[in-house]
Amino acid sequence: MMSAVDFGAIRLTLELAAVTTAILLVIGTPVAWWLARTRSAFKGAVGAVVALPLVLPPTVIGFYLLVTMGPHGPIGELTQALGIGLLPFSFAGLVVGSVFYSLPFVVQPLQQAFEAIGERPLEVAATLRAGALDTFFSVVLPLARPGFVTAAVLGFAHTVGEFGVVLMIGGNIPDKTRVVSVQIYDHVEALEYAEAHWLSAGMVVFSFLVLLLLNRRKRGSAR
Amino acid sequence: MSRAAAPAATGGIEARFRLAWPGFALEAALQLPARGVSALFGQSGSGKTSLLRCLAGLERARDGFLALRGEVWQDEARGLFVPTHRRPLGYVFQEASLFPHLSVRRNLEFGMRRVTAAERRVSLDHAIALLGIEPLLERMPERLSGGERQRVAIARALATSPRLLLMDEPLAALDAPRKAEILPYLERLHGELDIPVVYVSHAAEEVARLADHVVLLRDGRVQASGAIAEVLPRLDLPFARDEDAFVVVEAQVAAHDERFALTRLEFGGLPLWITGLDAPLGAQVRARVLARDVSLALAERHDSSILNVLPARVVSLDGASPGRTLVRLDCAGRALLARITTRSAVQLGIVPGMALFAQVKGVALLR
Repeated sequence: MMSAVDFGAIRLTLELAAVTTAILLVIGTPVAWWLARTRSAFKGAVGAVVALPLVLPPTVIGFYLLVTMGPHGPIGELTQALGIGLLPFSFAGLVVGSVFYSLPFVVQPLQQAFEAIGERPLEVAATLRAGALDTFFSVVLPLARPGFVTAAVLGFAHTVGEFGVVLMIGGNIPDKTRVVSVQIYDHVEALEYAEAHWLSAGMVVFSFLVLLLLNRRKRGSAR
Repeated sequence: MSRAAAPAATGGIEARFRLAWPGFALEAALQLPARGVSALFGQSGSGKTSLLRCLAGLERARDGFLALRGEVWQDEARGLFVPTHRRPLGYVFQEASLFPHLSVRRNLEFGMRRVTAAERRVSLDHAIALLGIEPLLERMPERLSGGERQRVAIARALATSPRLLLMDEPLAALDAPRKAEILPYLERLHGELDIPVVYVSHAAEEVARLADHVVLLRDGRVQASGAIAEVLPRLDLPFARDEDAFVVVEAQVAAHDERFALTRLEFGGLPLWITGLDAPLGAQVRARVLARDVSLALAERHDSSILNVLPARVVSLDGASPGRTLVRLDCAGRALLARITTRSAVQLGIVPGMALFAQVKGVALLR
């Protein structure tokens, strides 16, 4: 059976994923909008940076985050100067790492949704007296809604499945940075296979349900 | 631009745009009347749509000037450019452009709600009635036919009380029955609303029915611009050389002949008989006379089946194609075109200034 520590890990994981997803939707929307609309020469470079977490080992992301957020890193010096203290081995640090790690899973579906809308509805809105911001909220957001759902679900699920980055910058502090994936690792290290099974099977079921939900939505919107 | 100051003396539309894309340049200057329908006519690639987009501000010519009834919307010499959403215009796109997430009613309200009450001159009810879309209001766009969508799009543009209505081939994506369904509505706009319309088309048929003023575009430049009755008969323009070349005649309904089911129209004091119309006496109508339906005779003959024999004077001649000659006629101040064989032209000795008779074999009512 699952222990209180296991439930703590689940609660922490869900909290981390929720906060990360909320932040990513706020940050990812303008980034995706810019990527979908720009003709700038930097589009390719920015798109590549956003996509880096797809190909880099999580340990690499975690390593650099650890260095930059550490006492002698630029972000670390900044957070210390601001009186926040250091981010590594804290929940806030995990959020920062997760935002980087899950960024492409939010930005790319949004970018695709924005690109699929195309130029025409924006022009139509302009001829109907809607300014840029008005058009974004009254036309783009409703038309891109399936993209937002996909982005949120993928961002959330991917953050739940995070391991390497967490281990690098979060360590293994119960109720603070010990998420489900790390807890499973600990169980296995301790040869507690039954406990590892509970959590692992839970992750499998959760991931399957998420993908099932996404596929059903896709079929629904294609109809 | 050579003129820095805003010469907005005309009451109509004054526009000058210079804009280059790779492989294509638009270099157009035009004056359009403040009333009625102006058609931008030309082949695909002639710059019609680009010019219309410049008028709307959807495309910004860095070298451009635009004024509507004295109000300047763009004057790049002064760095002035009113963005599209601040211009009181309506725009109907070629393909259906309704917002798919909004019902017909919400689509109609989208623009109207963004216009201040003081600016509203066309009520929503009026726009709905004009386009006959009352039964569609609660439907979603995906459940409308192509013709219905375009009617809603036109009503949506009208509901913003535009001071200029721009239409980019609104019928091009529709099949013939759908076109026939919409044309009467467009003609009603013309009759009922005092909004200048700029209408892009490459279909001579639509231009003949709708336009009062024609701008002929070619390779991004204005080849000719003028009232439709003046532009169509010009022998130096491609209209007259077309196989289906025609002129339009504005006439009045003068009398009905019940017995033979004929209607007598009158233009410039001359009678023009046409198949019986259902129109009140005095009504203004527009008829089309094809160049190939007009033949010429030196004497007025009454021994043929042709109803309409009109006294005319030859204005000019032009070799249209091998063996064919186009003759421009003046008929009581109106221009007619006749396409005859060159042999006939030579045998009859037709020269400019000559008085003769035009035998009109067919007259088709346009509206």
